[in-house]
Formats: sequence, structure tokens, C-alpha cells
Amino acid sequence: MSAPVIRLDNLTVSYDRHPAVHHLSGTFQPGSLTAIAGPNGAGKSTLLKAIMGELRPAEGRVEHLMQRTDFGYLPQAADINRRFPISVLDTVLLGSWRSAGAFGRIAKQDAACARAALATVGLEGFEKRHIGSLSAGQFQRVLFARLLLQDARIILLDEPFTAIDARTTRDLLDVVARWHGDGRTVIAVLHDFEQVRAYFPETLLLARQLIGWGPTQEVMSSANLLQARAMAERWDEDAEACEPAA
Amino acid sequence: MTAYDIFFAPFADYGFMRRALVACLCLGLGSGPIGVFLMLRRMSLMGDAMSHAVLPGAAIGYLVAGSLSLTAMGIGGLVAGLSVALLSGVVSRMTVLQEDASFASFYLASLALGVLIVSLRGSNIDLLHVLFGTILAIDAPALTQIGAITSVTLLALAVIYRPLVAECFDPGFLRAVGGRGPIYHFLFLLLVVLNLVASFQALGTLMAVGLMMLPAAIAQLWSRNLPAMMIIAAASAAASGYLGLIASYHLELASGPTIIMTAALLYGLSIFFAPSGLARRFFPRPHLKG
Repeated sequence: MSAPVIRLDNLTVSYDRHPAVHHLSGTFQPGSLTAIAGPNGAGKSTLLKAIMGELRPAEGRVEHLMQRTDFGYLPQAADINRRFPISVLDTVLLGSWRSAGAFGRIAKQDAACARAALATVGLEGFEKRHIGSLSAGQFQRVLFARLLLQDARIILLDEPFTAIDARTTRDLLDVVARWHGDGRTVIAVLHDFEQVRAYFPETLLLARQLIGWGPTQEVMSSANLLQARAMAERWDEDAEACEPAA
Repeated sequence: MTAYDIFFAPFADYGFMRRALVACLCLGLGSGPIGVFLMLRRMSLMGDAMSHAVLPGAAIGYLVAGSLSLTAMGIGGLVAGLSVALLSGVVSRMTVLQEDASFASFYLASLALGVLIVSLRGSNIDLLHVLFGTILAIDAPALTQIGAITSVTLLALAVIYRPLVAECFDPGFLRAVGGRGPIYHFLFLLLVVLNLVASFQALGTLMAVGLMMLPAAIAQLWSRNLPAMMIIAAASAAASGYLGLIASYHLELASGPTIIMTAALLYGLSIFFAPSGLARRFFPRPHLKG
């Protein structure tokens, strides 16, 4: 087995001292395609934010040997101003940040890649459209095209198919499969267990604590799912401090 | 009266009108695009607050220099404006107050302090000048300073254009690619304060944002394309300056307010006649086939 791309070491992330992710350890292998599944409030998005370094661990750490630009991250309700006057093509071209940066030239080749990425997500001919004129599904396709252009080694997706129509979901799952085929590491937070079973070979089942992490068939057993639901709903206002394990 | 008498003679005959005109054109070129970005960042009212925040610094500069010296007041205003912006940023990060609430508190305190300082030593005339500006009294050094600020603004905007757009449009993305968004946010605030300081002597602290926000609103009504919006904003600001000066000269009105009223008039016309305006609502065109 090759060296892991991301290692979680006793990771705990908390809000107001209540842990949202509790003593989580494990590794993501390079080229793996992992779903992070679990009930509401299980800490799935929190885990992604911790991996991206947007949240500081209360304990433990996230280790990886990657540059920031090796990560592609699609947050859940992205804080995007949809009324901003910017075209579809320019939005996708932001994905060339790794090569162009804040001040560099955008190569002709990048523009060609952006058009190709738009074609891949089924938005050929949309280049000059204003993003405000797109539907939610079309806009999600644009964000996937930007991720394609980013050419990231590790791709983190947070609930990418929530409120997205079935056809777009199918097309974008094909893009995910393509990334997997390229040998990229893909980690996606999903709440649709059918999708997880159908498309994701590995699953990390989370209910603030780790319930299971491994091949999807083994992890998504009904016993595990029941346990996950029971644990995620537990919230103790008067919980005592968690002593470090001896 | 010939067209020459109306549109050119005031500037040909009087040096102060020429200087006022050049000042207006410069202010429009710089403030227009800045206003567009302020609006896109949903900070329209923040600019207004900021222009009041500049006052105590300008007042102290005025007391130290002993006259309406743009350099002294400019430096003081810059320091005061940036302090308020930074302090309110710090307060909103460390407490439960949202940025707009802490900003509002700071600028009100700042405005009160500024008026107090001016009234402590100056006369009511000075206070009027500080609040409403004296565009007809702009001298050559002040003009140089305004021109320098406009040049710096346009150059800086050109340099930080891409990260600034990314930071306005999708701050999460910029963070994820390690784009140092806060630096560009700060640079942008610096440009806002610089332009307010430039407008300060011309239009006064109460109307300094006039050539920033009204042209930006006009631009937003006419276009959905960012470069075009910036050009429209700069052009309508400059046009307001020119037409406002002419109107104030012939009708013997106060220049600063006339310039802002001209911008407001253009805004009113735009509300009716722009593509997304009211005229289209009352007289809709048939929808397209596809």
C-alpha cells in the first residue's frame, strides 16, 4: 500500500466545546473515492472544513504533504454572489489560479481547457452567458467545470448534489468517476445512501465519532446505520470535559 | 446666449472653474469604478459611513495646519478612516457584533468627534466648508493631489483586479486556493478612503460618496458586464461634474450640491430608461420565441 495522501490523527473539532468530530483517526489512500456518509449533524461538513484548514482542531491533527493548490474544494452552500456581473467562461477560468495566480497571464491553453471543461459538463455554448441567468443545476455544472480546470490532486465535495436535478446529478457523478479514473483522490459528503452504495467504493460513516471506514458494502450495514443515527442525535448540554485517553 | 457661452465660456474665462472641472473629471474617473466595487460587495452604505469616519482626522489636520490644507487634512483623514475600518473589523471579529453594527457605532462616534474638534477652534464657516466642501476654491497643489490619488487608484485597480473580483464573487474559492483575500479587502478599503479624502475638499464629508455611489447605481442599471459598468460609472460621474458645474455657474447655485443633484438626475433618468428600468415595466416588449 502506498503512502496515504491525508492522515487524520485523533482529530477532534468542536463548536462551543461540543465536539462535532470526535477522536477521529484514519487515512485516505491516493486515488481513493470515498463517500463521507452519516445522519444530519454528524460532523461531515465539519470534517471537510478541518481537512481544508478552515477550522482549527480542538485536538489532534490533519496531516498531508500537499500544497494548497493541490486541493479542489466545493463547499456546501458556497458563499457565492450569484448576481455578480461575471460570465460563465470567466468563472471557469478562475480554476486556472494554480498556473495564473492573482497577477499572472492566463494562457491561451487555459482558455481552451476552460471551453473543454464546459463541454465536459454539458454546457457548450454557455461561455458568454451571465451566471445570474443560469439555473441551480447549470450553475453547479459551472462549478464542476471550474474544478476540472483546477486539475487538483485531491477533490473535496460537500453535498454536491443537494437540490440538483436527477439528470445533472447523473452527469456530474460521471465527472466524479472520471476523476477517479485519472487517479485523483475524491472525498464527497453525501446524504443519499443509494448514491453512496452505487458510486463510491469506500465509505467513511460518521456520527461525530467514527462508526466505520472501509469498503462501502461492509461499512453501510444496517447495524452501523442504526448506531450512527442514535449517536448523532445525542447532545448533552451538561457534558463533562473529555479526558484525554490514557 | 450661444452654445459657446453656455458650455465653454465659464471655463475659458475663470481659472477656478477650470480647476474645479479638472478636479471633477479626476474624482469621477477614480471614484466611479471604486463605487461599482463597493456596490458589488454590498457595502454601499459603508462608503457613506466611511466618509463620516474621515472627519476627525481631517479636523485635526485642519487645526494643525491652521487652514483648509488638503495635504494635512488628507493625511489626517486617511489615518482616521483606516483606523475606523480596522477597529470595526477587529471588534466584529472579537465580539458578537456584526461588522455593520460595529462600523455604525464607530463612524457615529467619529463624526461627533470631528464636528466637536472643528467647532472647538474653527468658525461656523469652517464647519460648513468641512461638511459641504469648497470645490471652487481648489488650488493647484490640491489638484495635483487629487490627480495623484486618481492615478494611484486606477493603477492599483488594474493590478489587483483579478483577486479583487474573485474576493467579491466567491471568497470561499479564494480562501481555498490560498489567495489571501483579506489583503485585497484591505487594499480596497485603502483605495476607498483615499478617494473619499480626494473628494473631501471638493464635496465635503457629507457628499463625498455622492460621486461614488450614484454613478455606481447608474452603471448597475445599464449593464451586467463589470468592465462596462466601471466605464459607465466613471463617465457618468465625470458628466455629472461637468454639467453640475455649468448649471451652478449659470443658475448661481452652490456647486457641490448641484454636482450631486446632477448625478441624482442622471440616476432618476436611468431608473426609467435603463434596460432593466421602469419604462420597460410599463411598456413591455413581447417575449422572444426561444
